[in-house]
Amino acid sequence: MKINHSRIRRDFKLGLKNLLLHKLRSLLTMLGLVFGVGSVIAMLAIGEGASAEAMEQIRKLGSRNIIISAQKAADESGSSQDDVRMSIYGLLYDDAERINNTIPTVKATVPVKSMQHAARYGKRAIDLRVVGTTEKWFELVEREVIAGRVMTKRDVKNFASAAVLTEYGARRLLATSTAIGTGIRIGGNTYEVIGIVKSESSADGSMQTPDQMIDVYIPLSTAKEHYGDVFHQRKQGTNIRESVELHQLIVYVDEERNVEKTAEAIERLLALFHKKKDYAISVPLALLRQAEATKRTFSIVLGSIAGISLLVGGIGIMNIMLATVTERTREIGIRRAIGARRNQIVSQFLIETMVLSLGGGLIGIGVGVFIPWLVTIFAHMPTIVTLPSIVVALGISVSVGIIFGIYPAVRASRLDPIEALRHE
Amino acid sequence: MKEEISGAEYPVVFEDLHKIYEMGNEKVRALDGVTAQFKKGSFWAIMGASGSGKSTMLNILGCLDRPTSGSYFLDGHDVSSLDDDSLSDIRLKYIGFIFQSFNLIPQLTVAENIALPLYYQGVDEGHSEEVAARFASVVGLENRLKHRPTELSGGQQQRVAIARALATDPVILLADEPTGNLDSTTSVEIMEMLVNMNKMGKTVIMVTHETSIAEYAQHRLLMKDGRIDSME
Repeated sequence: MKINHSRIRRDFKLGLKNLLLHKLRSLLTMLGLVFGVGSVIAMLAIGEGASAEAMEQIRKLGSRNIIISAQKAADESGSSQDDVRMSIYGLLYDDAERINNTIPTVKATVPVKSMQHAARYGKRAIDLRVVGTTEKWFELVEREVIAGRVMTKRDVKNFASAAVLTEYGARRLLATSTAIGTGIRIGGNTYEVIGIVKSESSADGSMQTPDQMIDVYIPLSTAKEHYGDVFHQRKQGTNIRESVELHQLIVYVDEERNVEKTAEAIERLLALFHKKKDYAISVPLALLRQAEATKRTFSIVLGSIAGISLLVGGIGIMNIMLATVTERTREIGIRRAIGARRNQIVSQFLIETMVLSLGGGLIGIGVGVFIPWLVTIFAHMPTIVTLPSIVVALGISVSVGIIFGIYPAVRASRLDPIEALRHE
Repeated sequence: MKEEISGAEYPVVFEDLHKIYEMGNEKVRALDGVTAQFKKGSFWAIMGASGSGKSTMLNILGCLDRPTSGSYFLDGHDVSSLDDDSLSDIRLKYIGFIFQSFNLIPQLTVAENIALPLYYQGVDEGHSEEVAARFASVVGLENRLKHRPTELSGGQQQRVAIARALATDPVILLADEPTGNLDSTTSVEIMEMLVNMNKMGKTVIMVTHETSIAEYAQHRLLMKDGRIDSME
């Protein structure tokens, strides 16, 4: 065993020496594997980075949430010719109750009423995006409280004129933590600022966090009392009049495995009470699953490309090793005449091929780590080089060495020593 | 009969060796019934015209080839029908080769070339370096250990080959036209070295077609048409 050990070590040294004898040739031979391994690691790192970002987005929406949004029914959306007509659509206050009371897997529903109102804070007057909701919002959309407190059940019950600013809204109003306890006018009513919470927005436009477009929260009860359900706006000569009770419902499901079933139940329930489909159900978990499936597909495609490039690299290595064997026929003859067994010739050439492929693999890992780094720096895309991808790449390059090294090595060992010695 | 040919006294014994090559439909009898024995410590020159069978005899002697029929006892072991691995082991243990074209491995140093058979014997690196240095000094190349074969003259290369052949302390030294690629002065040098090795007790069997070189050996064996024409 000890002998074997030192023999392999010496074969490695010898292999390295032989490869260094033809530096350019060895380098060119390795290139196929360098790019193969490098591109695998780089592509996986970029893919991993992108999907991790997408997953994080979805996770921010909550994997146990179902989001139902109000939506103008398809046949109504284009008919604004008649400018005195009012479109009535969206989710109802009763929908929230019904979902909460009839579907056992629903733990909570959070109603969302979105409005836009002129607001005045101190000397500053701007339009604010206002959301009427309940205390449950703050349980579901967990955000750090910067100052003051969030809405409570009592605020909702007592029709409190209390407003919670988002970080974003506070910035627009130029309000700081000193605003707590002061008054703010929203659409003709005065509210007391009770707290400021952090905003969480996503860099990616395709997905939105629930609180991305919100400046201020007020209790739903208060919102209903102060503003009603009709929204009136004059825009570019046309009158927009809409009556919407709730713009969004966030449904919190008890367990992740029940999410999809619950979504189906909600769909059926809503269909019973809505003549037109004036709502859309989105399930972040389904998006998550979809993202995972996309990632899998991506990995398979990447794997195939990588497989082909490694195959090409391997064939290149085999080609050079066959040439090497022919070139060194005489050396093989000498070794055999002196008393080397066939398997010792096999192991010598196999190890030499492995040194070549391992070298290519190691350089390839360097390339594969370097490229994502460049991508992050210059394209500002997140990349994640995972340890398994490096381990797999290294394993593959060694396997390529073995698979494509065996044939040339065996061929070397099959040479007749007498013939080989005569070879010029 | 068996006792007489004990390996100790006769390291090489041939009994009715035949070697037949088939070339298409034609059978070539390279060896056609060769019986001979070579005494321990003797120095033989095998001579003969080309095609006489002397190369075939050398290949069989060196366990690089097997006879078609007949027996070959090397140091008392019948090696005439061993498999490839066993023949490799026999070559490694019993035989030291010296070739016409030196046959050193160009990418290895002098020391590494001398130590090559030790590597296959599994001798550890430190010890084989020692042995290589010792045999390099036996052939007068102690200052060339780190050199490559291509940096040496033909005579020096052949001395490296001799050192390599001696490194495993083989039972027989086989020399195949050892001076074929050398000028006359160097040839004398190399032959004297072989004679010295023989005097130190090595059995030397040499193939040559040059009478002047054959003069260095104590015995001459003349091959003709696959048979022994004369032994003296």
